[in-house]
Amino acid sequence: MAAPPPGDAPFDADSRLVNMSCFDLLLIELVPLAERMARAYEASLDRPTPSPASSTTTKRTSKGPPAAPGNTTSGSTTTTTTSNTASSTSTPSITVTGANTVPASSQPSNTALLAADGLPATTIFADSIYVRLERLGFRVGEGLSERISRDRPRFNQAGLNGANVGNVNDHHLDVIKFLCKDIWGVVWRKQVDNLKTNHRGVFVLTDNKFRPLTRMSMANHAEALQRAKPHLFFPCGIIRGVLSSLGIKATVQAETIELPGAVFQITTVQPQIRP
Amino acid sequence: MVSGPYMFLRTRVDKVNAELVTLTYGTIVAQLCTDYDYDYTQVNQQLDKMGYNIGMRLIEDFLAKSNTGRCGNFRDTAEMISKVGFKIFLNITPTVTNWTADNKQFSLLFDENPLADFVELPDDGRAQDELWFSNILCGVLRGALEMVQMSIEARFVSDMLRGNDVTEMRVTLIRYIEDEMPPDDE
Repeated sequence: MAAPPPGDAPFDADSRLVNMSCFDLLLIELVPLAERMARAYEASLDRPTPSPASSTTTKRTSKGPPAAPGNTTSGSTTTTTTSNTASSTSTPSITVTGANTVPASSQPSNTALLAADGLPATTIFADSIYVRLERLGFRVGEGLSERISRDRPRFNQAGLNGANVGNVNDHHLDVIKFLCKDIWGVVWRKQVDNLKTNHRGVFVLTDNKFRPLTRMSMANHAEALQRAKPHLFFPCGIIRGVLSSLGIKATVQAETIELPGAVFQITTVQPQIRP
Repeated sequence: MVSGPYMFLRTRVDKVNAELVTLTYGTIVAQLCTDYDYDYTQVNQQLDKMGYNIGMRLIEDFLAKSNTGRCGNFRDTAEMISKVGFKIFLNITPTVTNWTADNKQFSLLFDENPLADFVELPDDGRAQDELWFSNILCGVLRGALEMVQMSIEARFVSDMLRGNDVTEMRVTLIRYIEDEMPPDDE
């Protein structure tokens, strides 16, 4: 019995491999997990019918500083200046991203949409799911980036020597390509199918056969798209985590128009001070 | 014996880097600990529930990949879990041992555990005694076996992460689940 060939992008020649189903099914279960936790959180507020004011207050509370994971983590710890800088930006980034999701999630909940568990999909519920999944993905993205970029040549320098904005763009493009080829190759076992940019900080990544969505199908097309949406939050976090650990602050939004395709829009936050 | 189509199927088995799974799982456990304010009993329960749901889906993958039939007895089930199931999915082969006389209980000894590589438990004086880091595996086993009509209980009794010499999961057969007719099929 011949051993199956190693994956497209192993970390090292002697990397241990496990079956892809383990990762696929673990990611699928992340969404029900986030829903259970969000439901419990909602119940703990002791407000069965929250008023708009209460919702606003709660939203601010739920988007407070993210709790740092304890020692129970499989990622390595680095204390370089770059990592410290990246870490210090994580709180505002999450806040910004959270704010961006409010308009999108408000509309569905206004139409009394039902969640997968048959209960109303309130704004608190939807936001809580997003924050949980995105935060998980962010941490995984950080760890992945550290691990995969370890043996890699340096990315194009970005303004470190007083260079102009052009170099900043070159750096961003270099990092985005790393994301599209190396990160995608390890995590989803294929490269991004299409990358577009306006050369002013916005990148659109298209994956025509996005792995987390390949096991989904439903009779009702619109409902399938709606149910698929939370499965994109974790990948959004991965993208933002990878970029963050490489010095780029960004917001990421995702959508699926036709299963199993997915589109990710990355908007980088341009540096305020330009030498 | 080895035909072309067979070889084609074998070489098409998808693999992923184990560190990716380890990192993802570790992040999940860390966030659960934070969310539950380090109430490790609740963390253990949530990991078990996650695993149960995953196990119910995983068993279909297992039956499709392994091409096995029904096991005749619980001893055969244990061998299948150890030598086929864990081998297919995690690329490890835990040891089956410590059977009871009635053949309803056994232990799985893990000398390696991909989920627990590079892991340190929180240093709060309680995690060492309360958190079962890989508890998702107990849930996976329970969920998977329930789908093939075996009600079992699985729990860790020792863990190298806690400083024990070995990582041991105790598996107990509770009962076989009888076939039931759908209510309107009488």
